[in-house]
Amino acid sequence: MWTWFHKFGSPPWLYSIAGSILRWLVPITVILLAVGAVWGLLYAPPDFRQGNSYRIMFVHVPASVVALAGYYVMATAGAVSLIWRMKMADIALRSCAPIGAMLTFLGLLSGAVWGKPTWGTWWVWDARVTSMLVLFFLYVGIIALYEAFDNEELAGKACAVLSLVGTVNIPIIYKSVDWWYSLHQPASIKFTEDSTMDGSMLRPLLLMIVAFYCLFASSLLLYMRSEILRRESSTNWVRKLVLAKAGQGSANAV
Amino acid sequence: MGRLLAACLRRQLLLAVRRPVEVVNPLVFFLLVVMLFPLGIGPDPRQLTEFAPAVLWIVALLATLLAVEGMFRGDFDDGTLEQLVLAPQPLFLPALTYVFAHWLLTGLPLTLLSPLFALMLQLPGKAIGTLMLSLLLGTAVLSLIGGIGAALTVGLKRGGILISLLIIPFYVPVLIFGSAAVQFAAAGNSAQPQLLVLGGMLSLAVALAPFAIAAGLRISVDAG
Amino acid sequence: MTAAAHAEPLLKVHGLELERGGRVLLSDFSLEIYPGEVMMLEGENGSGKTSLLRTLAGLARYGYSGGLQCNADSLLYLGHKAGVKTLLTPRENLRWYCSVQNLPLAGLDAALQSVELTGYEDIPCHNLSAGQQRRVNLARLYLSEAPLWLLDEPFTAIDRAGVKRLADVIAARAAAGGAVVLTSHQPLPSDYPVRRVSIARQERS
Repeated sequence: MWTWFHKFGSPPWLYSIAGSILRWLVPITVILLAVGAVWGLLYAPPDFRQGNSYRIMFVHVPASVVALAGYYVMATAGAVSLIWRMKMADIALRSCAPIGAMLTFLGLLSGAVWGKPTWGTWWVWDARVTSMLVLFFLYVGIIALYEAFDNEELAGKACAVLSLVGTVNIPIIYKSVDWWYSLHQPASIKFTEDSTMDGSMLRPLLLMIVAFYCLFASSLLLYMRSEILRRESSTNWVRKLVLAKAGQGSANAV
Repeated sequence: MGRLLAACLRRQLLLAVRRPVEVVNPLVFFLLVVMLFPLGIGPDPRQLTEFAPAVLWIVALLATLLAVEGMFRGDFDDGTLEQLVLAPQPLFLPALTYVFAHWLLTGLPLTLLSPLFALMLQLPGKAIGTLMLSLLLGTAVLSLIGGIGAALTVGLKRGGILISLLIIPFYVPVLIFGSAAVQFAAAGNSAQPQLLVLGGMLSLAVALAPFAIAAGLRISVDAG
Repeated sequence: MTAAAHAEPLLKVHGLELERGGRVLLSDFSLEIYPGEVMMLEGENGSGKTSLLRTLAGLARYGYSGGLQCNADSLLYLGHKAGVKTLLTPRENLRWYCSVQNLPLAGLDAALQSVELTGYEDIPCHNLSAGQQRRVNLARLYLSEAPLWLLDEPFTAIDRAGVKRLADVIAARAAAGGAVVLTSHQPLPSDYPVRRVSIARQERS
């Protein structure tokens, strides 16, 4: 356990292991996304009430689901960073935040685009959209706090604390917003809930969710690799790595 | 242990007595913003009645937010926070005392003055009791959550607006249930469920926030 | 003093690497501080004396790697910051400090007298001069029962006679089985043996 964590805490080891994971994760992500998108957008049957506009669900739902899960990934990294004082956990946390924020933004944007044909307006204070908006600000808060610190290690620890506070609060926020929405909106305008979704729509949706998880994981690893290089830029192993790459490049050119 | 808590509380209150303007400022802010709303919405009493629960709660939230930034600022700047961090006792206890003192100096006066503001905004008289009770519980939660933000940002030279960005999302549930309680009461319904939820939030915040505040203070002292 | 060789070290540092702002200040730094020692950390500005003291005190808990073991049950740290609330009087400031450190209040008047603040006990600190405020902070040395003192530039803004008195307190603490680590740009005006530890500036290779 301890030696493994020690290994995991070593930047060169993480850098190379992330590289070898990415080598097969990126192709899988691309294939899953392509298959899911074609299946959902072309082959799934149109919805009997919403017609074709429901198809934006194949982007909206996976983005929202993974954005929320991403916060928990980030908070887990935060907990590891606080408990085991691992620098690599800080890097994971720092890398999660912008990716999660982008996914949340995608969820909000697709929600707005979906809202136009469904409700005739770009923005509706629907429970899910409102929760997503709060989640977006939680991500923005993490990024802003990180950037405000001069010392990156302390920035990581502060964000770790904040993300843990967030994990306790997110369920409360989601439940509160749900309750608030049910209080103010008549049930008839309620969204077509997924519970009655036909298998022919559900299967591509599930595939897309898996694809977005893979997308999240590969973006996270890519981001972490670049963060590791940036932070360790003055160390010997990075210098060697760069020189080796340069050597390869010139050898290829010859 | 009791001695430490008593000393911290005594000191915070003494500081407030020596510089009372810091206690009065949030209250004046509350009054000013309450005055802005009729100017923006219009003086129609029916409309004001409708908006009053939300307005009162949002303004209370903002007033707390303004005040919370200074919770540890002075102690950080003059270095007494370092001494507190080095004390042999666990840090979360004095942290809780600081929050309690902060609430005594902002949340409680706001609550006590809220009937006045409620009358100015035409809130029905039957809702005033609920308003006070919801503010009493809710501002305590706001102070506790705000303390986390204050602890995390006190070491930063450019804290300022950052703390609002960090904390406002966490204030969402308190605002929802606080203003809903007043709305229910104003409509003549029982607001007991909402008040119970606020009480639950307070229990959770009292149990967890001091640890987050202590962790934040240690990080901030490290950064200083 | 003679017992020092056999006693447990109050503070043990092993293979410390200290980093601040991406710069390595110290690497593979080892140090043991025994009861009875007065240790002077020497090094030019920016060599990491303050960072090291803050790390030893436990105030800076990140940005270092290596072993750090503190056997003192409490310590006194005196840093660059005033450590004094200007809205409170010297007596109130010290009373709070005593409560925080769980010290008896009995020595309070004597401590204030030792730093020559008699007659100023109940005047809010913002009405005192900078040197007097500094002395309010230094009065903690007379109250403290902590075996380990970490003092960062304790002689700043103190007159010659005051420095001599401070040196005596420091020596007395060490003689009583405590240990004092300090940084200063002037020598300690005392006959007590001082162990000098130099922090050489180290550049990252």
